[in-house]
Parts: sequence; structure tokens; C-alpha cells
Amino acid sequence: MSDPQKPSISRRGFLKAASVTAASTLVESVHAVAKEANEASRGPRTSGPGLVPIVLHVNGIAHSLTVEPRLTLAEALRDSLGLTGTKVVCDRGSCSACTIWLDKLPTLSCMTLAIDVGSRNITTIEGIATGSQLHPVQAAFVKHDAMQCGFCTPGMVMSCVALLDRNPSPTLDDVKHAVSGNLCRCGTYPKVFAATLEVAQGRKLVNPIISANREKGA
Amino acid sequence: MNRFSFVDCTSVHDALDQMNHGAMVKAGGIDLLDLMKDGIIAPSTLVNIRQIKGLHGIVVSQQGLTIGPLTTLAELAAHPDIQQKYTALSDAAGHAATPQIRNMATVGGNLMQRQRCWYFRSAEFPCLRKGGSECFAQQGQNQYHAIMGNQICAMVHPSSTAVPLLAMEAHVELASKKGTRTVALNKFYVTPEESIENETIVKEDELITSIFVPSPAKGTRSAYQKYGEKESFDWPLADAGVVLVMDGDHCHSASIVLGVAAPTPLRAKAAEVLLTGKRIDEATARAAGKAAVSDATPLAQNGYKVQLFQTVIYRTILLAAGQLKRDPSAVGGLA
Ligand SMILES: Cc1cc2nc3c(=O)[nH]c(=O)nc-3n(C[C@H](O)[C@H](O)[C@H](O)COP(=O)(O)OP(=O)(O)OC[C@H]3O[C@@H](n4cnc5c(N)ncnc54)[C@H](O)[C@@H]3O)c2cc1C
Ligand code: FES
Ligand code: FES
Repeated sequence: MSDPQKPSISRRGFLKAASVTAASTLVESVHAVAKEANEASRGPRTSGPGLVPIVLHVNGIAHSLTVEPRLTLAEALRDSLGLTGTKVVCDRGSCSACTIWLDKLPTLSCMTLAIDVGSRNITTIEGIATGSQLHPVQAAFVKHDAMQCGFCTPGMVMSCVALLDRNPSPTLDDVKHAVSGNLCRCGTYPKVFAATLEVAQGRKLVNPIISANREKGA
Repeated sequence: MNRFSFVDCTSVHDALDQMNHGAMVKAGGIDLLDLMKDGIIAPSTLVNIRQIKGLHGIVVSQQGLTIGPLTTLAELAAHPDIQQKYTALSDAAGHAATPQIRNMATVGGNLMQRQRCWYFRSAEFPCLRKGGSECFAQQGQNQYHAIMGNQICAMVHPSSTAVPLLAMEAHVELASKKGTRTVALNKFYVTPEESIENETIVKEDELITSIFVPSPAKGTRSAYQKYGEKESFDWPLADAGVVLVMDGDHCHSASIVLGVAAPTPLRAKAAEVLLTGKRIDEATARAAGKAAVSDATPLAQNGYKVQLFQTVIYRTILLAAGQLKRDPSAVGGLA
């Protein structure tokens, strides 16, 4: 669980349910299917409404905590784990300030229940830098002054880093699309676009070896 | 948010067992959490179906497209076969909400989400839908409300995926402990005239277990467009799905659906009749747009939506027919 880059395959499921529906899961490996069949016998598991012990895998570290089922992931990260880099602005899914990654997919921590994360790997803004060295996107945000009040910034960075991880040479439209849900009241969008595009350009032109390694996950 | 128990289910059978009074099904959780945080609903139990593997996935066959209800909007939007053969559906899924929400929201939950109305979604207004005696939108702030079927309750149904799915004559399979049944999507939504308590025909103990879209007839082309207040992402002010079965440049048959025009997604029969057998060009497309809203009954502040619907309909007809490009001022048009 220490590698936040590695998607988890331990989600439980029950493929037999496919007989009730015509739909079936196409992409699961044989291994995962066998695992599901074993786990299926567990049946439903009820938790709460009181405190329930859970484990959250955040930025490669497993944290044990007790939560009520109604606690959101944003609250768990900020209030229980002290990871206040993730911001909460609207708390309703409308602004994307609270963007984190679940298994590398940008999602909203304010609209996710902590108890529902399971074994998925959580990456927050605190997990983007390497030690005290900023991620290139963070450094480019600083260079381009891509923030004013800074409330939207962690969410913006999470969207932009995820974009570059899946598309190393985005166009301006790709960047706009990636942050289309991230609202910035201060109007920093042009600088966000410039910073992200510069990182993409720089990786391609300046240091092809490092960027190639990054893409391989090295 | 109220306190609740949380039940993780790994099979449809288990989930159906848990769907007792006071319990609600949770898929992506976006609409549920929204309503719970605002105190509009307070389920005692959330039945978590998110991890039921058999309800997740897309199967394309000769007969058509079978979609597991837990398939996310992002997965629908990115599927190459859907992009190619069921274009309006991938476009609708890809333009709903935000990238983050599309990674979380499921198509089953998208069809089942409650309508949008700020009076309904505010605990301070005991409106008709919440057992009260008044629809506050009739005399209140109604710029985002319904322009048709709005006499009793003027909420709009915002499901972007329902628009093309209805136009493509999709069916929904429902399961309960008593068995399964299949319902055409055009019988799925309930108007306020039919019932003020229910918004769909889905019963409390029923689960959507699959969505089926029949294979398109030869010569079918489809398109979806959505207009909002912003170009980046927004709730729709007007959206339309168009499916045309073309015979050369003549329209053999048309299916046109309007989103957020009424309390349910709405098929524009008058516009469909107008296109049938005709050559598709700007004049016929504009006439169809006009016909679609001819019986609109706008409220004090939403007359502009009548014009907006005419525009989205005619432009989406021409987009489906391959005669116009996607409107850059539509939501997601960018550039
Ligand atoms: C900022 C913002 C913008 C948005 N913009 C749009 C937009 O443009 N277009 C659009 O369409 N939507 C939009 N939405 C709404 C969003 O897409 C829906 O809330 C979401 O799709 C609901 O899916 P879910 O899986 O999260 O459902 P949940 O919240 O888990 O469930 C919603 C409802 O469906 C029921 N349900 C879920 N799955 C099943 C099932 N299999 N069987 C029976 N019942 C089930 C639940 O019990 C619940 O009542 C927006 C939301 C936000 C916050
Ligand atoms: S705080 Fe989560 S989307 Fe606004
Ligand atoms: S910098 Fe203030 S909201 Fe974006």
C-alpha cells in the first residue's frame, strides 16, 4: 500500500450479480474475479451510525481512525488527520476546491464519505511534492503567480498534475477542460493555463529523459 | 448531515435484502449527499451498492448497448463504441457536471437524481414536493424553472444522460425481491399531474440493474448539446438530444428530447412529426425548434428559455445531420 501510484485491485465485488443483469464487468482480470468470488460469501457489512474504525491510505501512509459514517473524506483529511492543504469552499460539489485523487482519478473529497473510500489510494496536495522539493506544476504556479487568495489552488494543482500524468502534451483546450470544474473567484485561470502548459513544454524540450521516466512511473 | 448506518453490499441480492423502510441506495453519492447536507432527506441507512461488480460495465452487442447502472459518466463519455454509434449519449455524459463529478457519478444515479429547484432544495420552503401546499416557484424566483408542464410544480429534471437515452428508446431493468421487470424510459418519469409524491415509477424496494439501448437502425445519426450560463461547466439552462434516421439527406424518422424544459425529460413529438420525411436543412430545423416549444407556458422570469430551446434544438438537429459544427458557445464548447 506504500505506492500511491499503484491502483488497488482489492475492491470487493460479486460478479454473480451479473446474472441478474445483462451487464457484466469486462475489464476485470481473472485474478480479480476469483478474489471477488471468495469475498462474496462475506455478505453485507453494516457500520454505524456510531464510530467505526477505518483505515485511510493517504499519500502512501496508512492511517487508522474512527469515524461516523456521515464524516466526509474532506473532514477526515482536514480535521482528523490535520491535512489542511485540501480546501473546502462550497461543500456541495460545485467548486472542486476539495479535489483529491482516488487511485489517481480526480474526485471530490467533500462529496465522498470517508467510510466509502475502502482500500483506494488517496493522494492529496501534500503528496504531490517530493520532500521539500515542489512538484514542477507547483513550482510553475509560483513562477507564474497563478494564485491570489489561494483557496482554489490545491484543487487546481491536483487537476493539472493529473492531466499531465495522463496526457504529457496537452493543448490549451485540454488544460481548460481539465480545470473546467475548478472555480477560481480571483480569476487566475490564464496563469493556471500558462503554468501547466509551460511544465508540459519544459518536460518535452528540456528534459526528455526525466519526463520519459516519469511517464513510466520511475 | 443526519446520522445513519452504512451497509456495504457486494451483491444485488444483499442490497435488495437491505432496502427496508428508511433506507436509501447509494451509488456515487453526489445527489444523496447534496440532499442530506441540506436536510432535505434523512435516510436512517445508506445501502452502498458502489462496489457491486456485476452492476458495473458496458457491453456492446449486435442487439445494442447494455450499461451497468454503476458505470460512471466519465466511463460512458470515454467509450469508443458509444462515441461512434451512440454519439449523443457520450456527449451528454461528457458534458454533465464537472470532470471530478463525472469520475464519481453513476448513470443509474444520474437517471434517479431528484429534480432541481432551489425551493425544493432549501429546507426553509415547505413546497408541494415536501408535503406542503404551495409551489413557491410559481410566484417566486423562477428564471431556471420549467417552461412546460409547469402548472403544478415547476422543477426541472436535470439528468443529461436521460435526454439521449430517452431519444434512443432505452429500457431500464428493475429488480426487487419479487423479481425483475423492464420499463421503457418513456414510461419511467412521472409528471406532477400524475403524482406529486413520485418522480419515477421506481418503487422503494427496487434497484436499477441495467440500462439497455437498442442498436441504432441503419442511417442513424445522433447529437446532444447543452447551454448554460458558463461555457466551462454548468447546470443546463437548455439541452437537447436528437436522433435522426437518415435516408440520404431526407429524414426517415426523428426523435427529439428536451432536458430541463419540464419536471421530466420531454419528447418533442410535434418537432419529430415536422422532420419526418423532410430534407434536413436550416429551414426545417428551425421550424422543428419552433414547433417543439409551441405550447410552452413560461413563468415570469424564464421566457428566455423558450428562445434558448428553439436554438439548441435547431442547432442540434443540424449537428446530428452533419450540417453544422458543435456550437462553441455551448457548455464544453471551449476554445
Ligand atoms: C455542481 C454540479 C453540477 C451538476 N451538473 C449536472 C449536469 O449538468 N447534468 C446532470 O445530469 N447532472 C448534473 N449534476 C448531478 C449529478 O450528475 C448527479 O447528482 C449524479 O449523476 C448522481 O449520480 P450518483 O451515482 O452520484 O447518485 P447517488 O447520489 O448515489 O444517487 C442518486 C439517487 O439515485 C438512487 N440510485 C442510485 N443508483 C440507483 C440504482 N442502481 N437503482 C435505484 N436507485 C438508484 C439513489 O437512491 C438516490 O436516490 C451536477 C451535480 C453537481 C454537484
Ligand atoms: S468544496 Fe468540494 S466541490 Fe466545493
Ligand atoms: S486564487 Fe482565489 S479563488 Fe483562485
